[in-house]
Amino acid sequence: MTAQSPGELRQPPSREAGPFAWFYSPRVRGWLTQLAVFLLLAWGLYAIIFNTQANLKKLNQNFGFDFLTQAAGFDLSTSLIAYSSNATNARALVVGLLNTILIAVLGIIFATVIGFIVGIMRLSRNKVVAGAATLYVEVVRNIPLLLQIFIWYALVLKPLPGVKGAINLFDMIFISNRGVTMPHPLFEEGAWLAPVFLFGALVATWFFRRWARKKQEQTGKSTPVWLTSIPIILLSPVLGLALAGWPLTFDYPSLAGFNFKGGMTIVPEMLALLLALSIYTATYIAETVRAGILAVSHGQSEAAAALGLSRGKALRLVVIPQAMRVIIPPLASQYLNLTKNSSLAIAVGYPDFMYLGGTVNNQTGKAIEVVFILMVVYLGLSLLTAAFMNWFNSRMKLVER
Amino acid sequence: MNQPANSAIIMRSVNKWYGQFHVLRDINLDVKKGERIVICGPSGSGKSTMIRCINRLEEHQQGDIIVDGIPLTTNLKNIDDVRREVGMVFQHFNLFPHLTVLENCTLAPIWVRKEPKAKAEETAMKYLKRVKIPEQALKYPGQLSGGQQQRVAIARALCMNPKIMLFDEPTSALDPEMIKEVLDVMVDLAEGGMTMLCVTHEMAFARQVANRVIFMDQGQIVEENEPNEFFSKPKSPRTKMFLEQILH
Amino acid sequence: MTLAYVRTEDAPKRPPPATTAGTWARLRDQFAPTPLSGLATIVIAALLAWTAWTIIHWALISAVWSAPDREACNAVGAGACWPFVKAKALQWVYGFYPIEERWRANLVFLLGGISLLGLLVPQIPLKGLNALFFFLIYPVLTFYLLRGDHFGLVRVDTDQWGGLLVTLIVALTGIVASMPIGILLALGRRSKMPVVRSLSTAFIEIVRGVPLVTVLFMASVMFPLFMPPGVNPDKLLKALIGVALFSAAYMAETVRGGLQAIPKGQYEASMAVGLSYWRMMLLIIMPQALKVVIPGIVNSFISLFKDTSLVSIIGIFDLFNMVQSGFNDAKWASAQTGNTGYFVLGLVYWAFCFAMSRYSQFIERRLNTGHKR
Repeated sequence: MTAQSPGELRQPPSREAGPFAWFYSPRVRGWLTQLAVFLLLAWGLYAIIFNTQANLKKLNQNFGFDFLTQAAGFDLSTSLIAYSSNATNARALVVGLLNTILIAVLGIIFATVIGFIVGIMRLSRNKVVAGAATLYVEVVRNIPLLLQIFIWYALVLKPLPGVKGAINLFDMIFISNRGVTMPHPLFEEGAWLAPVFLFGALVATWFFRRWARKKQEQTGKSTPVWLTSIPIILLSPVLGLALAGWPLTFDYPSLAGFNFKGGMTIVPEMLALLLALSIYTATYIAETVRAGILAVSHGQSEAAAALGLSRGKALRLVVIPQAMRVIIPPLASQYLNLTKNSSLAIAVGYPDFMYLGGTVNNQTGKAIEVVFILMVVYLGLSLLTAAFMNWFNSRMKLVER
Repeated sequence: MNQPANSAIIMRSVNKWYGQFHVLRDINLDVKKGERIVICGPSGSGKSTMIRCINRLEEHQQGDIIVDGIPLTTNLKNIDDVRREVGMVFQHFNLFPHLTVLENCTLAPIWVRKEPKAKAEETAMKYLKRVKIPEQALKYPGQLSGGQQQRVAIARALCMNPKIMLFDEPTSALDPEMIKEVLDVMVDLAEGGMTMLCVTHEMAFARQVANRVIFMDQGQIVEENEPNEFFSKPKSPRTKMFLEQILH
Repeated sequence: MTLAYVRTEDAPKRPPPATTAGTWARLRDQFAPTPLSGLATIVIAALLAWTAWTIIHWALISAVWSAPDREACNAVGAGACWPFVKAKALQWVYGFYPIEERWRANLVFLLGGISLLGLLVPQIPLKGLNALFFFLIYPVLTFYLLRGDHFGLVRVDTDQWGGLLVTLIVALTGIVASMPIGILLALGRRSKMPVVRSLSTAFIEIVRGVPLVTVLFMASVMFPLFMPPGVNPDKLLKALIGVALFSAAYMAETVRGGLQAIPKGQYEASMAVGLSYWRMMLLIIMPQALKVVIPGIVNSFISLFKDTSLVSIIGIFDLFNMVQSGFNDAKWASAQTGNTGYFVLGLVYWAFCFAMSRYSQFIERRLNTGHKR
């Protein structure tokens, strides 16, 4: 602050110079606010930790994750991996996580298919088609998902016949109120040829597609890649098994007493949950798809038509690539919602991650640890989705000035 | 209906309705090969609708439209054939924002004309040079100014080697300083002998290149004449009124 | 060759030809533009008609309308069991609230209804006072009216509350608590202070990242551990805290969307006229931001209302749980009892949510026209 020229660095007027001048500085105020928030939080945390310690002492409990390695001691109706009541609590939680992932993946597939069909139906010129789609969306999305799970469970699956009177399809598939029981494939020596062949077919398709694209670039002629490669992909594992001498047998279910022996069963709880989740989430996906397609201006399809592109090609090359940019971010959050909503399995007793968290808590009383594990896993799923969305958005963002 | 060999477009008693609204009333128009026609008229007079009928972006309900010897009917093949011969430039450019300038230009040649990519790109560069923006080929439309975008749109249409070009108010969405660069390209195109139908209010452009000016009002062709006569001695009172409004 | 042409008389304005614009053509365009589309029309119409008929037949034609107990509903071919609904209806509304004290619940319904009507209908004045009543006085009043133990009212503990009353209380708590907390969190997330910003962000993202069931589970098993030893919080209170935290996090993101929609010029103009941060937010930014996000807010209320059914999982007797628990009543358990109960539940939830979604669309249209002007 030397060499002042006139009009520069004049002292501000009086108020700032008073003994409380520091109080008027936004920076000081900001730090004070933050300090207050921080202290409040620290005090809250301290109280919580203090109380929790006292409560745990009273309950003769201590904080720790050693319960994970102890035997779970409860049975489960369905599991993707080997599980018995002797297995550890950790394994039980893994069973739950796998079931959650299973239901989420299947639900996402079904919801996407239904959602895209309904979303496109809503844009139809045909009043009946559009009206039916609108009716579906308006009815289904205004009823709580929990209620829908119970409706599917009670109204559709419960009235199915009991084991004795199960609907018998070719002596292989039995539909009863215990679920859908079907043959369980058992792979023997040499069955590895099937996945190898499938993989080979996929690789071949990839090269074929590359070759077809090159050919089109050079000669302009297009080759129907999918028409030829889909049958090949589908047939390749069969071919692999045939070459290995059919190392595949099925464990057929058979009636034994009051239940089925052998085979594998999709439990009704899972069916109800899957139906409800897919049908409910599909309404949101339908709205997303509709909005996405509407977001592509009419001028785009007109310009494509004026260039002589057929309606199908205009959709594939011009409209869908643009609509997908609008559709995918909300679609990802719908997928995440579906995954989170699958935790309603707890209401019908399907052993998903949330259900097993609750069960383990009931058995061990380790509330804090269990809640911690639940939150970390669900948060992890959310963060993965968020990371995907950010990556996708930055990749697909339209370049603008 | 027979067509003289030098005729590019014939419209005979064309009528069109939007619901109950009679939007094109008894349109008769003959365009010869190489002819440049400017269409003007107040907004809502049916100018855009008329030229959009020529490549079937709008469907007419009565009368005949024959483009380059192909009658426009509900036959999808005829429509495809016509669209290959007719290029169109829109008021709002309608470039594909997810594709680069070059990809915008090569999309139709590759997928419609089944041209090899290399050849399509060569053609595209040729036309991008002609509209004077070859250096922007790898940019996305969103990175260009309005005038540049419209020039890309012209190049994109030219890449299909059309025999006829339709312009639907190509300069009305542009800032004033960009209009000239687009008009220059259009003048260049006209001097190259392209058959052109152009909906525009750029009267200087009309005087410079048009063989004929057509004035439309309330869905009808009210007056047509060669440009000098049209501007200096309009005959219909409606034309007079319109010209007074836009020339002031 | 002459180029000149002048039209001397107007071409006649004619109606469109019948093939393209008559009733028949319009019908064809709307129901069968292509043969395939026509087929779809027939199939879908048949499916809809069959569904409608099934429901009408079940709910009206073959329904049991009056019966003393489950006997008639158990008959083969019986439809909806309406006597069950009649017998349980009051319990579904009030739960186990003592019969002679139900006027208190009715008063709560009435006050809430009037106040809400005043808030929702744009033409009714005194919005500010009404909001003050609804968000501050009404919740307190509701608590004292329902719980009693003061002002000469008999004490009715929360384990006796139930049915629609509890569903509405949970929804209302979510709404009332989520607004102020959500707004503060939204401001916190946009704040320049790193501590405030990161805490707000962490809270919002953590709560939004986990299912509501997990939040409710946490509230029901962990809160008791956090309290001083010996204090065991009320079951309903635990659920309410869980719902409030959950809805606040979602509300924060909705409000943040509105804040982002406010142009920077509004902030600059407010600062230029010398408003402090809080005055600027209170007087200029928030009123605009909240107006923009009204449809979003109503949509999150719809989700919240549907989500209230989840409190039944942690053992609260809300409407959903109340109806379900009636299925096991030995007097009424029949083949059609469950179906009837779920049907009524579906209707009630649907009516509330559909009304809210229509309201949100109405406001959206109003806002749009407002902006255009």
